[in-house]
Amino acid sequence: MYEQVLLLEKRDSEYQDLAGYRLVGGYSALSSTLRDSTPEQLIDLVKEAKLRGRGGAGFPTGLKWSFVPKGSASAKWLLCNADEGEPGTFKDRIIMEQTPHLLLEGMILAAYAIGAAKAYIYIRGEYVTAIRRLEREIQACLQAGLLGKNILGSGFDLDIYLHRGAGAYICGEETALIESLEGNRGQPRFKPPFPAVSGFYKGPTVVNNVETLACVPPIVQRGADWFRSIGSEKCPGPKLYCLSGHVKRPGLYELPMGISLRELVEQHAGGTHSGKKIKAVIPGGISAALLPEPALDIAMDFDALSAAGTMLGSAGVIVMDESTCMVRVAHRIIEFFHHESCGKCTPCREGLAWVEQMLRRIEDGEAKSGDLESMERLYGNIEGNTFCLLGDGAVMALRGVVKNFRHEFIERIQQGGRAA
Amino acid sequence: MKDQTLKQQITEMATRYPATRSAVMPALHLAQAHYGYLTQDAMAEVAEYLHLPRVTVLEIATFYSLFHTRPVGKYHLQLCTNLSCMLLGAERLQRHLEQQLDIRCGETTADGRFTLTAVECLGACEMAPVMQLNDDYCGHLNEQRLAEMLQTLQEEPNRKPENGPPSS
Repeated sequence: MYEQVLLLEKRDSEYQDLAGYRLVGGYSALSSTLRDSTPEQLIDLVKEAKLRGRGGAGFPTGLKWSFVPKGSASAKWLLCNADEGEPGTFKDRIIMEQTPHLLLEGMILAAYAIGAAKAYIYIRGEYVTAIRRLEREIQACLQAGLLGKNILGSGFDLDIYLHRGAGAYICGEETALIESLEGNRGQPRFKPPFPAVSGFYKGPTVVNNVETLACVPPIVQRGADWFRSIGSEKCPGPKLYCLSGHVKRPGLYELPMGISLRELVEQHAGGTHSGKKIKAVIPGGISAALLPEPALDIAMDFDALSAAGTMLGSAGVIVMDESTCMVRVAHRIIEFFHHESCGKCTPCREGLAWVEQMLRRIEDGEAKSGDLESMERLYGNIEGNTFCLLGDGAVMALRGVVKNFRHEFIERIQQGGRAA
Repeated sequence: MKDQTLKQQITEMATRYPATRSAVMPALHLAQAHYGYLTQDAMAEVAEYLHLPRVTVLEIATFYSLFHTRPVGKYHLQLCTNLSCMLLGAERLQRHLEQQLDIRCGETTADGRFTLTAVECLGACEMAPVMQLNDDYCGHLNEQRLAEMLQTLQEEPNRKPENGPPSS
């Protein structure tokens, strides 16, 4: 195994503040970059490392940065997506609480790469501890000349501001985040145009996830070859996995991509807490279709999971043992998506409302034969017909439950009433 | 920041953005911290300081679940009922709290002390079941912990949420 770079907490606990972070080489990546590299060279380095975004989509980060027009005179913006809302996910919160400077240094490097003079951290409103720590450490950076004007004497200026969210899952979607940051309701925009071309107040904007940005200082410090030596060829680098649900050892794990879901859940997280058999595991936050127990040997990476009809997403791994009622799970998941729908697109707003009602009828024993098929006919009316992927995620999640545990739904319809 | 008036705080906040309208969210957080919840007057103040129509401020206040346009108890118990917490008994804990406080989810006790809300994933699933009490996360919940917590809150009438709300 390799030395952990994202989760420093296991070695010592004092990396929160600037002095502690510097003790482990913090900000050496920034000073060497500002001294020796151009923005273009930094972008090339991140491309060479093959860093893929860790927010959910896995889009190549260097490529995203390179979409920002170089000759453009308009102000460029770096937005850190710290709105972590995908159920089952808590990796960004822990990075921000325990090693805020890993994020800050990553942001300063990213801003340098794209030519941004101002950056915002859009952080979900509930993360009060992380907000306070980031506020404090941003001030420390300003005092140490790591933020503000003429950073480390390089002539590069950057200010980082915190923008506190207020409880809307949809604001984790990059265009909804931009809308929210502009002072509008967080309703997604159609893409194209993509944010790199027209984003925050129509200027070139890059939105990156917390974990993605946290990978940048280690890439600079240790090199692209080091990054690529971890994990698989198409999915390199350290990855954070969030384990929760019926596991013995819930928590955050830093491991390569390519390990099997079975190894992650059974070896690292200790299997089920109850000792009962695993029934199913969600691999990447609740938008990702669940995998039944026999499928757990799949590799945890973007491509293998996508080929299997699910996704790595936010790496929110939720384990469900044999005691779990899948009808209840399906209903709760759709209730979440319906609740969080921004309301802009009719297929999502109305479609999820109908699906939720149908699941409620099934769960409460008021459904009749044919209702399950009616519900399934709605899938095609929702997915692909909306401005963003919230509706698609809901359909993917529900499809995964029903496909693998259809008999539970049929039994519930036939029996009527809640299971004992 | 804390010595300034609400108007000064909001005006200063607006300078962090390329356009004033962007400050509507932080302004609402500040106004809510100041007044306890977003009254019509509080929203009108925000509209005035940011030169926005009142309906615009209302539009934002009603979109986000952390903005409250109705009074909230001194202690806001926000219990997560999403999947990981549900798998670890959140529904049972919700019923337990409703019983202990003699209110239903979404309601406030008659003495204005406790408001109970079911919320979506708080991003702390490693310590499920989780609740956010005002600003603080409380994890690994069970009936006993909840009983101890409620008892502490009942016995300490002057307990303030630690450090007050964040300034941004």
